[in-house]
Amino acid sequence: MNIHEYQGKEILRSYGVAVPNGKVAFSVEEAVEAAKQLGTEVCVVKAQIHAGGRGKAGGVKVAKNIDEVRTYAEEILGKTLVTHQTGPEGKEVKRLLIEEGCDIQKEYYVGLVLDRATSQVVLMASEEGGTEIEEVAEATPEKIFKEYIDPVTGLMPYQARRIAFNINIPAELVNKAVKFMMGLYTAFIEKDASIAEINPLVVTGDGNVMALDAKINFDSNALYRHKDIMEYRDLEEEDPKEIEASKYDLSYISLDGNIGCMVNGAGLAMATMDIIKHYGGDPANFLDVGGGATAEKVTEAFKIILSDENVKGIFVNIFGGIMKCDIIATGVVEAAKQVGLSVPLVVRLEGTNVDLGKKILSESDIDIVAAESMADGAQKIVELVSK
Amino acid sequence: MSVFVNKDTKVIVQGITGKTALFHTKQMLEYGTKIVGGTSPGKGGTEVEGVPVFNTVSDAVKATGANASVIYVPAPFAADAIVEAVDAELELVICITEHIPVLDMVKVKRYMQGKKTRLVGPNCPGVITPGECKIGIMPGYIHTKGHVGVVSRSGTLTYEAVHQLSQAGIGQSTAVGIGGDPVNGTDFIDVLKAFNEDPETKAVIMIGEIGGTAEEEAAQWVKANMTKPVVGFIGGRTAPPGKRMGHAGAIISGGKGTADEKIRVMNECGIKVAETPSVMGETLIEVIKEKGIYDECKTH
Repeated sequence: MNIHEYQGKEILRSYGVAVPNGKVAFSVEEAVEAAKQLGTEVCVVKAQIHAGGRGKAGGVKVAKNIDEVRTYAEEILGKTLVTHQTGPEGKEVKRLLIEEGCDIQKEYYVGLVLDRATSQVVLMASEEGGTEIEEVAEATPEKIFKEYIDPVTGLMPYQARRIAFNINIPAELVNKAVKFMMGLYTAFIEKDASIAEINPLVVTGDGNVMALDAKINFDSNALYRHKDIMEYRDLEEEDPKEIEASKYDLSYISLDGNIGCMVNGAGLAMATMDIIKHYGGDPANFLDVGGGATAEKVTEAFKIILSDENVKGIFVNIFGGIMKCDIIATGVVEAAKQVGLSVPLVVRLEGTNVDLGKKILSESDIDIVAAESMADGAQKIVELVSK
Repeated sequence: MSVFVNKDTKVIVQGITGKTALFHTKQMLEYGTKIVGGTSPGKGGTEVEGVPVFNTVSDAVKATGANASVIYVPAPFAADAIVEAVDAELELVICITEHIPVLDMVKVKRYMQGKKTRLVGPNCPGVITPGECKIGIMPGYIHTKGHVGVVSRSGTLTYEAVHQLSQAGIGQSTAVGIGGDPVNGTDFIDVLKAFNEDPETKAVIMIGEIGGTAEEEAAQWVKANMTKPVVGFIGGRTAPPGKRMGHAGAIISGGKGTADEKIRVMNECGIKVAETPSVMGETLIEVIKEKGIYDECKTH
């Protein structure tokens, strides 16, 4: 799960990680009021959306006085920012972070992420702050320093110190940088983060080490034990169909095509998208109904697919294992009854309780094209939607 | 022969009184798997499906001599269940449970260092040696005994591959689902090594997906060590970057973990990659024909 920068900074602050003073604002008036309360001469007006690259897209402005705060807040609020992470449609700005300006001496990068190859959390840092870490990794891999963290001990101060010296934090600020990284690590572990990126980490003229930006994502599998993090969820940042799907524990991702897909298992769901593309079609979504779905959930899944007006046909591809084919069949029949089916439907069933599933489908009065294999099904649906 | 499980594997089911566990315990028993016990804290001394239930894994092991367990407990309790099984010194622990917090698995993985237990999963369909032992959730009827090893990050794509092979008259030695999580117990290389050493296995299908670099590392291992032909498939060629495709581990991030890169490395390492998921079986058959081992692999 993604959260906003200002929310990430709230969490960091509670772990003793230094961040600039700031306030969130939902309107121009709130922005002006926040700037007045901060009382600093220079303020930064920052668009809050769940995507990076805001600065380049005009979503971050430095205001030298209250009038400028007003001007920039008016300009940015309601604006649609298009960055390399938003997609071409962009994201509308609905929240601003009004933050005190600070005297930046130098920018660094510090991040925590899971390293899959070693099954450990890794602390990464670089002297090249401000740019995308992937670009640094590509161009100058020797400038990235890593410390692998043993979960038994957690991040040790010597590791944080080694990083601080390696990225050339001024010697007199190393202790502050260590405190920063230790706090960041504790927040990461205690809140079940999946990524925590501080880009840039800055050293200021008055001798502070601070997080100028904060990108924190959380492990959605661990949210059940973090009610406080759940409250940070901003539904306006998410696709409405994906929100609807998440209510039913369905794994759904919107795509641009016109063939709705309902599949069990993430691997098969991806492979179904791939094979539709292979035969010249375009999937409208990724949808894994999972193993534990009930007929009701399948019905809801079907409704979500049909709520996408781009959908011109549906391909149900099921290989039952933990998921039983009769449950899928019952759900599909029920959904078709409830919402009416106006587009072609191709169904391929195989696996646990397949005969029962096929029986339920054939005894219903819905118009279903049966497929013998996934290739057969993909070819059939591509042909049907292109008519 | 086979890998990891066979007709002598004695299995306990952790969380046996849950709905999913009960259904699959029944299925496993019908398949002929030796399910010797189950655990469900507080229900020790009872019986389900004719199987004795114990309060703890160590009780179950003592009473039954089990050497493997399968875990169906819900995600919040799964890490605890794995560690309990490792502590009871089982040889093999198969964790079916999905949605386990990844930092729980980081701890589990660290705890398992130096222990003798092999963990398969989590978030996996299990392991099956056709005709001998089925541990997990895969539909038994699609499998046939034979000589092709299958290893996969995806449950349903494993079924797909197995089904294609069986329909073409090619049986399987063992099919291993290693799971779709970013931190798992057994990886591709562990399974490939086992298949390489198993005299019954003549060829292997390896099924990967986007995210991480496990397929690339496995391909390099195959190039350096494998004496048997390996074919592959990678799911998620059309997946958009930055989006988690269902499996916690299936994500292209920072330009890393793309299907095209994996396919490129696999091809380079001599692994023929199926163009679509519906020709995994065909691709294997082409390769074993080229190598002249088709007749040995054909199920008579």
